[in-house]
Amino acid sequence: MIANLAQMKNGQSGIVVGLQGGSGFIRHVQAMGVMEGKRLTKLTSQPLRGPILVSVDNLQIAIGYGMSMKIFLQVDGQ
Amino acid sequence: MKRILLMGNPNVGKSVIFSRLTGVNVVTSNYPGTTVEFAKGHMTFKGERAEVIDVPGTYTLEPTSKAEEVACEMMKAGDLVIDVVDATNLERNLRLTMDIIDRGVPTMVVLNMWDETKHTGIDIDVRKLEELLDVPVVATVAPTGEGIRELVSKLEGAKIGGVEGRTEHERWDEVGRIVDTCQRLTHRHHTLLEKLGDASVKPLTGIPIGIIAIYLIFTSIRLIGEVLVGIAEGLFDNIWTPVMIRLSELLSGSGIIHDIVVGKLIDGDIDYGQSFGLLSTGLFVPLAVVLPYIISFYLILGILEDVGFLPRFAVLVDTIMHRVGLHGYASITMFLGLGCNVPGVLATRILETRRERFIAATLLAICVPCMALTAMVIGLVGEKGGQYVAAVFITLSVVWIILGMVLNRILSGESMELYMEIPRYRVPYFGTLMKKFAMRVRQFLTTAVPLVLLGVLVVNLLYSLGIVERLAQIAAPLITRVLGLPQEAISALIIGFLRKDVAVGMLDPLNLTGGQLVVASVVLAMYFPCIGTFAILFKELGIKDMAKSVSIMLVAAFSVGGLLNVIL
Repeated sequence: MIANLAQMKNGQSGIVVGLQGGSGFIRHVQAMGVMEGKRLTKLTSQPLRGPILVSVDNLQIAIGYGMSMKIFLQVDGQ
Repeated sequence: MKRILLMGNPNVGKSVIFSRLTGVNVVTSNYPGTTVEFAKGHMTFKGERAEVIDVPGTYTLEPTSKAEEVACEMMKAGDLVIDVVDATNLERNLRLTMDIIDRGVPTMVVLNMWDETKHTGIDIDVRKLEELLDVPVVATVAPTGEGIRELVSKLEGAKIGGVEGRTEHERWDEVGRIVDTCQRLTHRHHTLLEKLGDASVKPLTGIPIGIIAIYLIFTSIRLIGEVLVGIAEGLFDNIWTPVMIRLSELLSGSGIIHDIVVGKLIDGDIDYGQSFGLLSTGLFVPLAVVLPYIISFYLILGILEDVGFLPRFAVLVDTIMHRVGLHGYASITMFLGLGCNVPGVLATRILETRRERFIAATLLAICVPCMALTAMVIGLVGEKGGQYVAAVFITLSVVWIILGMVLNRILSGESMELYMEIPRYRVPYFGTLMKKFAMRVRQFLTTAVPLVLLGVLVVNLLYSLGIVERLAQIAAPLITRVLGLPQEAISALIIGFLRKDVAVGMLDPLNLTGGQLVVASVVLAMYFPCIGTFAILFKELGIKDMAKSVSIMLVAAFSVGGLLNVIL
């Protein structure tokens, strides 16, 4: 099943299959290692559409809610 | 002279390596984006003096942010690059390495944070990495100095590696291949620190932890401050006062010189709050009232920074921050501003848009009191009762929120979404902590003490020239009617431009009620920045935005003051 990062549940993992935005957005996001083919685990989310914490490689990144709606993953096990 | 550039991702320890190589002290912190300016120093390279530049951290060489633009510019003028890599994040860091190497500049790679690879179960084959990258590689633990000597000796061997004309994708594939060959990950259990790190960000546990942390922070700052104030006051009373009394007698107890140097005798004695002599109040305020809180604040802040708490805090408050048009990051600005507004305003550089920087700087200058002001408020207003001190700070907080929401609504534009790295919680290195702490305290002493002395001198001059009385008559209606303060309080407002702590001190002889003290303190905090902050705001915002900011300050200050006067 393909879902965006905001829709995923905490604790789920997946492979990034798409980044839906302009080249500026894509470059910004890729700079810290979030790109197609990467495995991402969604760790926590904040209430009221706050930032979402994910782990990529050996790193934890906080991503704004709006941005996370543009990152699409193939979620494990579905 | 050869120019050596220190490059690498944010938060990898470049600045620590910089201070090890050059001996120049730079403030290092555990949140990304702190080095937006660059630092310059010198070292001996191949027997000659070479310039070393600490370049702002970047993730790539594509100019997507100001830091990256600066880094690219600097590369054009560099002779040699030391690429500092966070050994616990090999893949991401090596992407920048590839970019750098492919630019055809002689490079060497430093695997910093080597000790942490052991803790996190990462095993890197350094020889193999050297082979595959085709540039010298050294492992270091910068805060302890391990590996630095090896770094310097291998620096001569920095060479041009890389392949011309490689595409981004080819570089990334190569990085992937290198990481697979050289890095081995072994499973290890989540350490306690890691569990705490996770808990700090999950909202269910994170918000309580955040609240407890804030409470602990303010309590410890207060406790340490109070202890130190007690010690300082004791020293002044027992050692300095007798000296001042003797000096006073030498200067025959009165006269211009006496009043300027020793101050006016109150009931035949030195009263540090009211005497206003250069050597009495001029020394007492910075050393016995403010310095204790500066010490306790910077001690706690250093620990918070190096432990890695602040970025997590930024995530927790990000949503709230967006309501006032700011980024979670801006909370770091506000924290710094509590120490001194000047580094707080400087820190607004980490915010991406001009609109955010304006809102953050304005809110900071209006509603965030620096330690000097805070200390004096606690000292003077506190005498009337803790509830008055609380009233001052609660008012400032409420104004912060309301003003922030107003500015957010009025100013067009949006703030960028949060996208930042959250570092691991780590136990701070004592040496680095102390170095940073000493530097900040020293900075305070060298800038604050002369300014306070100047302030005291100016106060004396203004009084003796009768200027204060004249101004008091002109501004009387505003001061007495709107704010409910005696017209003599104008002197505090005048001096507040120079130093806010001295200004609060000027309220002492006026015998104000608790409520009046609250109004006066709030207005003093809000109406206009002290000269240091004024200068830096001018530099950061430019003249137009500065004028806007100042008018907001004045209007807000007198409105809130008037309102408080009615309420209290």
